[in-house]
Amino acid sequence: MASMTQQEAEALIEEVLEVYPEVARSERAKHLSAVGSEEQPSSKCVTSNRKAVPGVMTQRGCAYAGSKGVVWGPVKDLVHISHGPIGCGQFSRAGRRNYYTGHTGVDSFTTINFTSDFQEKDIVFGGDPKLDKILDEIEMLFPLNNGITVQSECPVGLIGDDIDSVAKQKSEQLGKPVVPVRCEGFRGVSQSLGHHIANDTIRDHVLSQREPRREAGPYDVAILGDYNIGGDCWASRILLEEMGLNVVAQWPGDCTVAEMENTPAVQLNLLHCYRSMNYISEYMKSTHGTPYLEYNFFGPTKIAKSLREIASYFDEGIQDNAERLIARYQPEVDAVLAKYRPRLEGKRVMLYVGGLRPRHVIGAYEDLGMEVIGTGYEFAHDDDYQRTYPELKEGTLIYDDASAYELERFIERLQPDLVGAGIKEKYVFQKMGLPFRQMHSWDYSGPYHGYDGFAIFARDMDMTINNPVWGRMTPPWKRAEPSASAAA
Amino acid sequence: MSQDAEAVKPCYPLFQDNDYQQVLARKRQEFEAGVDQERIDEVFRWTTTEEYQELNFSRESLTIDPSKVCQPLGAVLCSLGFERTLPYVHGSQGCVAYFRTYLNRHFKEPVACVSDSMTEDAAVFGGHNNMNEGLQNAYQVYQPDVIAVSTTCMAEVIGDDLNAFIDNAKDGGYLPREVPTPFAHTPSFVGSHIQGWDNMFEGTARYFTINEMADKEPGSNGKINLVPGFEGYLGSYRWVKRAMEEMGVGYNLLSDPTEVLDTPADGEYRMYAGGTPIEDLRDAPNSIDTLMLQPWALTKSRKTVKQTWKHDAPEIQVPMGLEWTDEFLMKVSELTGQPIPESLAKERGRLVDMITDSHQWLHGRSFALWGDPDFVMGMTKFLTEIGAEPKHVLCHNANKRWGKAMRSMLEETPQGQEAQVYVGKDLWHMRSLCFTDKPDLMIGNSYGKFIERDTRYLGEAHEVPLIRIGFPIFDRHHLHRNSIWGYEGAMYILTTLVNAVLERLDEETGHLGSTDYNFDLVR
Repeated sequence: MASMTQQEAEALIEEVLEVYPEVARSERAKHLSAVGSEEQPSSKCVTSNRKAVPGVMTQRGCAYAGSKGVVWGPVKDLVHISHGPIGCGQFSRAGRRNYYTGHTGVDSFTTINFTSDFQEKDIVFGGDPKLDKILDEIEMLFPLNNGITVQSECPVGLIGDDIDSVAKQKSEQLGKPVVPVRCEGFRGVSQSLGHHIANDTIRDHVLSQREPRREAGPYDVAILGDYNIGGDCWASRILLEEMGLNVVAQWPGDCTVAEMENTPAVQLNLLHCYRSMNYISEYMKSTHGTPYLEYNFFGPTKIAKSLREIASYFDEGIQDNAERLIARYQPEVDAVLAKYRPRLEGKRVMLYVGGLRPRHVIGAYEDLGMEVIGTGYEFAHDDDYQRTYPELKEGTLIYDDASAYELERFIERLQPDLVGAGIKEKYVFQKMGLPFRQMHSWDYSGPYHGYDGFAIFARDMDMTINNPVWGRMTPPWKRAEPSASAAA
Repeated sequence: MSQDAEAVKPCYPLFQDNDYQQVLARKRQEFEAGVDQERIDEVFRWTTTEEYQELNFSRESLTIDPSKVCQPLGAVLCSLGFERTLPYVHGSQGCVAYFRTYLNRHFKEPVACVSDSMTEDAAVFGGHNNMNEGLQNAYQVYQPDVIAVSTTCMAEVIGDDLNAFIDNAKDGGYLPREVPTPFAHTPSFVGSHIQGWDNMFEGTARYFTINEMADKEPGSNGKINLVPGFEGYLGSYRWVKRAMEEMGVGYNLLSDPTEVLDTPADGEYRMYAGGTPIEDLRDAPNSIDTLMLQPWALTKSRKTVKQTWKHDAPEIQVPMGLEWTDEFLMKVSELTGQPIPESLAKERGRLVDMITDSHQWLHGRSFALWGDPDFVMGMTKFLTEIGAEPKHVLCHNANKRWGKAMRSMLEETPQGQEAQVYVGKDLWHMRSLCFTDKPDLMIGNSYGKFIERDTRYLGEAHEVPLIRIGFPIFDRHHLHRNSIWGYEGAMYILTTLVNAVLERLDEETGHLGSTDYNFDLVR
């Protein structure tokens, strides 16, 4: 089946919107669009970063998820307290696969759930005294921690607690950062504000409070906005180091406070997830004069382009190294493409993910001969969509903060060969007989970044699209034409 | 490393390759400013000591690695068990994303649940508008027969009144008056997920029956009501249904998620499937009586059933293991007058037969275990029935009364003499216990894998293997389809335990030329 034209896509959007009551329909209409042709550009850009429509089953999370779950949580030598009732810390425990090295419970703490487990008396009388005690107890039991963050859950901001002063006092007493993060789940409209709040607290409690611990070298760079999911960042830094750059820090996957402190002095910040870490990148640019470069390490085309762009900030030696690196990996890339491209050529993909992936993975699919026919973000802003449109072909559906209903209808109608979204969507589409990959957690695989990651990406898309199970949804006695739908 | 297209390596073992190991070592050495390995091992060893345990148990405010979650998760599971019922959570939207994810990961199934996405303005003005719009949209888009409303802590802290809000939404024309909207306040800062289930059930039962009691008469429909409580094993529900059918007993299983959490992959997604018909719940007061299958977790529901439905709701134990399954069936028989059929006697006999077959591998083995109160009590009871010895019995979300009951149960059996009972403690406490007083094995949810890893780091002799029985199980597939209730459940537990013991023994004795004299073919 060919992709839709813009008109067909717009008609489909109209049809799907019909289900909504009037207010919801007019709001949701602003978030759905189809890409126009070059001659006839889309009549509208989608609206984004607005409040979710109540009751429609948004897939979004909250500010706490954006701070504890995304930005702060992976920083491994800090203890992150889920401050409030019991659920949030447990729901967000160890599910995101931000890999790190270390001895958990001794010098690293990422997958442990520290919580204040608020009880009714904490709500009534305030949680500050409990927090004060908790900070002491952490110090008593985890002496090698290099600091503590306090990740606020909803009640903290509603009962008038002053975690800032508790944290300030304790930070002075302990001589290490104690960071109060006001990322209560009701703030903002999605995870996105949590990213911003977390970035601001890194600025206020780490970067502006502490000096770099080392002399900056001429080839120092830092990776920002890489969550090291399945080891993504490790598969990235190995390339940068091979081309002669010195990766002083990686944020926040497998990150330490010392790495954060050293970052402002680097020559160049490399920003992978723009959405979640552009704030701190901008801060370092304006305050320390550290430039930053957005890059994309998904798929060989984008990797090569990014490596050259990164190298262009440095001398010819680095530029030559980049070329040598690209050439060295070319045979590996060729072998991966030779094996997997024929099995994936022409397959159509629909995506619905978070920060950067709805646009960043398109190139990797295209390297494999695949086509993205629909994409959308849970919590993007306008600047994300501006970065997305150039990657899309005419008729591609765009859905911002899609409801479960919209996703189901769009995907049911378009019958893509692969759906890439999250765990909440996974089982819906698998039951519909559609090959599905989780594109938040890499479906427990990864890394997908870098050349090594691309081979895994190709393998994973192939194993899912070409698994024999998809041909077995209908019992043989119910098939119209016997064996017609048997698997390849 | 460069990947070989014919043998692509994912994260493990990719990062074991020499070049990655060097990259990571250099990162650690040059940039992380961490402490050296000697210091790490010194601190690690300290965390395994009695001294550390004492500090660990002196904690008053900090919770580390809990074994419980918050109320609304339980409310959502309860609501999913009713026919064409959409769980609706009033409050912040992130909570619902978390509830769905948590249940997705355990059941490997889709979970439909909506939020009304309250944000800062709702924190100031209340979530009234969110409720209006949310109910209207949810009803029109997802066409449920019933919308079951619970709350996040945000809505609870600001004091939103569900009854009034829902009523006003109907008055305002946002939701047709006739759409049933059972509701429950489920504050996350009180109790845990099991109280959330209890509150939601109580609210639902109250909603559908309290104003319709005039023509109700206990016993008039000849059925028995069964209230499961928060149960993560689909097979448990199914065993209860099968047992009732084999007994020829009419029953209402009040909340039955076994269809909606186990739909087929056949090309169609079913957002609603099966579940307890609301008519069964409306008719439930006419039943002979109501049995609370997890009595420690259903105290509020039991009270309402007694007061409103005028049922005795006799005290029973969770139907786990041999004796308590016997008691459960005898109680059903006593209430309904239906004899226990030969088929169940035979099933019981098969379980006893299995225990005789396996007892020598289980007798005297010591276990650490944790989970929800009824689960832990039922599991402890069964362990003592097969000659095993509970050692560290921990329940994060039980009360003192439970602790007392557990201790007196253990005192009565020779297998329970060494057991220690811990109420309100978490898995970091359990970690200490596994180091200082090593059990042979642990029984618990997936979170126990971190304790297993830590004990292994101290040395093979200190390792405490985890047997995954409980909620949630995230890192093994499809175990939740089994039963842990009834004779069938006891068979599953027994099989799991004995094979865990044997696998461990094979690991220890499988060393060629050293321990393999005992690497027996027949065990």
